Amino acid sequence: MRLILEKRLDIDPRRTLAIRALALVLALVAGAILLLSVGVNPFATYWAMLVGALGDKSALGQTLLKAIPLMLTGLAVSVAFRMRFWNIGAEGQFAMGVFATSLVALFGPPALPWLPQALWLPLMMMASIVAGALWGLIPAALKAYRDVNEIIITLMLNYIAIGWLEYLFYGPWKNPEGFGFPGSAPFPPYTWLPMVAPDQLPRVHWGLIFALLATLILWFVMSRTRWGYEIRLLGENPNAARYAGISIVRNTLLIMVVSGGLAGLAGMVEIAGIAHRLQQGIMLGYGFTGIIVAWLARLNPWGVIGVAFALAVLLVGGNQIQISMGLPAAVALVLQGLLFFFVLGGDVFTQYRLRVVEEGKELA
Amino acid sequence: MRRLYILCTLTVLITLLLAACGGSNTPAGTPGADGGSTPAPSSEGPKITLAEGEKLKVAFVYVAPIGDLGWTWAHDQARIAIQEEFGDRVEATYVENVPEGPESARVIRDFAQKGYHLIFTTSFGYMDPTVEVATEFPNTWFVHISGYKTAPNVSTVFGRMEIPRYLSGIVAGSATESNIIGYVAAFDIPEVVRGINAFTLGVRSVNPEAEVRVVYTSTWFGPPQEREAAQALLDQGADVIAQHQDTTEPQKAAAEAEALSIGYDSDMSGFVGDTVLTSPVWDWGVKYKEIVQQVLDGTYRSESYYGAEIVGLAPFSPQVDARIVSIVEEQDAAIRAGTADVFCGPINSNTGVLVVAEGKCLTDAELLSMDWYVEGVVGEAPAEAKEGMGEESSKVPARTISE
Repeated sequence: MRLILEKRLDIDPRRTLAIRALALVLALVAGAILLLSVGVNPFATYWAMLVGALGDKSALGQTLLKAIPLMLTGLAVSVAFRMRFWNIGAEGQFAMGVFATSLVALFGPPALPWLPQALWLPLMMMASIVAGALWGLIPAALKAYRDVNEIIITLMLNYIAIGWLEYLFYGPWKNPEGFGFPGSAPFPPYTWLPMVAPDQLPRVHWGLIFALLATLILWFVMSRTRWGYEIRLLGENPNAARYAGISIVRNTLLIMVVSGGLAGLAGMVEIAGIAHRLQQGIMLGYGFTGIIVAWLARLNPWGVIGVAFALAVLLVGGNQIQISMGLPAAVALVLQGLLFFFVLGGDVFTQYRLRVVEEGKELA
Repeated sequence: MRRLYILCTLTVLITLLLAACGGSNTPAGTPGADGGSTPAPSSEGPKITLAEGEKLKVAFVYVAPIGDLGWTWAHDQARIAIQEEFGDRVEATYVENVPEGPESARVIRDFAQKGYHLIFTTSFGYMDPTVEVATEFPNTWFVHISGYKTAPNVSTVFGRMEIPRYLSGIVAGSATESNIIGYVAAFDIPEVVRGINAFTLGVRSVNPEAEVRVVYTSTWFGPPQEREAAQALLDQGADVIAQHQDTTEPQKAAAEAEALSIGYDSDMSGFVGDTVLTSPVWDWGVKYKEIVQQVLDGTYRSESYYGAEIVGLAPFSPQVDARIVSIVEEQDAAIRAGTADVFCGPINSNTGVLVVAEGKCLTDAELLSMDWYVEGVVGEAPAEAKEGMGEESSKVPARTISE
């Protein structure tokens, strides 16, 4: 007797929901066992996580602030994954967005002092989108024209982009007034991304609006336009797409312009909204976490918004229990890991089912 | 914010200038010429008033887990010491593994919002976030470690680690047989460069043939990267491994290859064994207890502390020769008495430039922004060495004491 996984013929949304809920419960139970083993009350801990992430407007602001880059990188990854272009390079495209934003913010105003100050933010945005798109076009072109594996290329380009940023703030862009410490000079204040509502949501910047707008546009394009249909068809059935005369080359290039551009924009809002200078600690792996976001959201734009927010709750809440419950950082990491394990693992059962096969009998 | 930044920079420059002037005016031989506190001239800073039975809430923000047995561990020892010393009057908590840069602002702000009175931020990359949050919470005390910015409610604290670094170099220089010493370092920032230079001056004072090879890991806390870097240096023929990292991994890699090592942060021989000849160590507890006491008394003022009281050498391994121990002790005493110093000329750069002429010593400002390598370091420094640094001083180079 053995167990096999068999593809389900129908995918029932209610069953999917039930499996997800069950996965969540199992993750919480497993987490509770862990928490009990280190001698703390699991209910109090989970409650402390929720309160820490959503308890007041300042906590909610922190959580949204964390969710913004995850939303944008999640969208970036999901749009490429839609046509089965495995863009693992959102991290690198994010870094190039950071680079282009810094380039414009640091060197633009001194070079063109007569330009109205209000123009610099839009210019930084455009620069970040173009830089991310160009970085994304490298693997896209290699894939489209030479059929080079995009997973390897996008992954390797990440480290080149991160290394490039480090070179800049350790070397030529180092703040001359910084006593030799690494990091660029601070950006002029008019290049800082304004806050949406400083009183209601402290420190949450305009990146939130950009992310929501991008979601709306992506959702519309993907589900309501001819191009969106082409992309989905290419992802689900490339042969059928080819017979229908859809250009793979053109669409591969286009999808990476969109994907890379979104990741570049994520880099822009992160540096122009929070850091206001190029320095160590700007690359926190949002591009990689974006892959998890996209996957959990099943590549659905609205799903990305929800998952990014939920993930931010988990990250900020996990940090909070260190303070409020006095737990080591590793506990929060293990709790996050358990959740990913159960939810992603559970996903298998939405598309496959487990079957017991008797020895000697073959599949029908 | 811009204006604030300029203000901060100015404050720092003035503090540095004052410190530098203070140094040159102090007669030779006066104890305490190395360090001591310079109260910030401006406001008095926050006054903490506690209700009856209310505890002073003290928070620590750590860059690595306390299990690193190095940098963060040493800070946590001080936190425990505070808790033991003040008992019921103080509650000292921490958050570990907080990334440097913008992310840390969230954690620091969180402590301030939760009503913590005194917040220690213990990594260089927390400097700007600390100053940023401090402007939002003018009634909270912040103490940043290893930076250069201050404010009425922000102090900066660091120790003259170059002294034990230099002394440990003497031990390493006399122990090497291959004349190649490996140095695993995190980032090429002034703090690290200063340590490499001091160490190399110590090495060359007893062994002018030896060279120090540096490998950067680009992480403070990265056990596998630290180990790999040490391994690469051992493969190049290094037989002593020194380090500027947060964990004991380089020491373990050296011990496994039957090579010697110099630890850092904590007495690493306790975790690795006798192959660790000695370790330049931090004793943060002395300073932290003093700050907590003064905050409780309401007498604490913003300061730029750069002293020698919080640094030292861990006990020597039995493998260290008694003659070397006496040389080290002799020079240590001269430095602490103020008659000798580490960075006194003549000192050449590794590019052949006479950076510090005879009769001159580097100023604190020059130490804090060091970006060139001394002769004996193999590698390219962050910047080009320039001639004519330092100022006239009656102190002698420590290496001449034992000649």
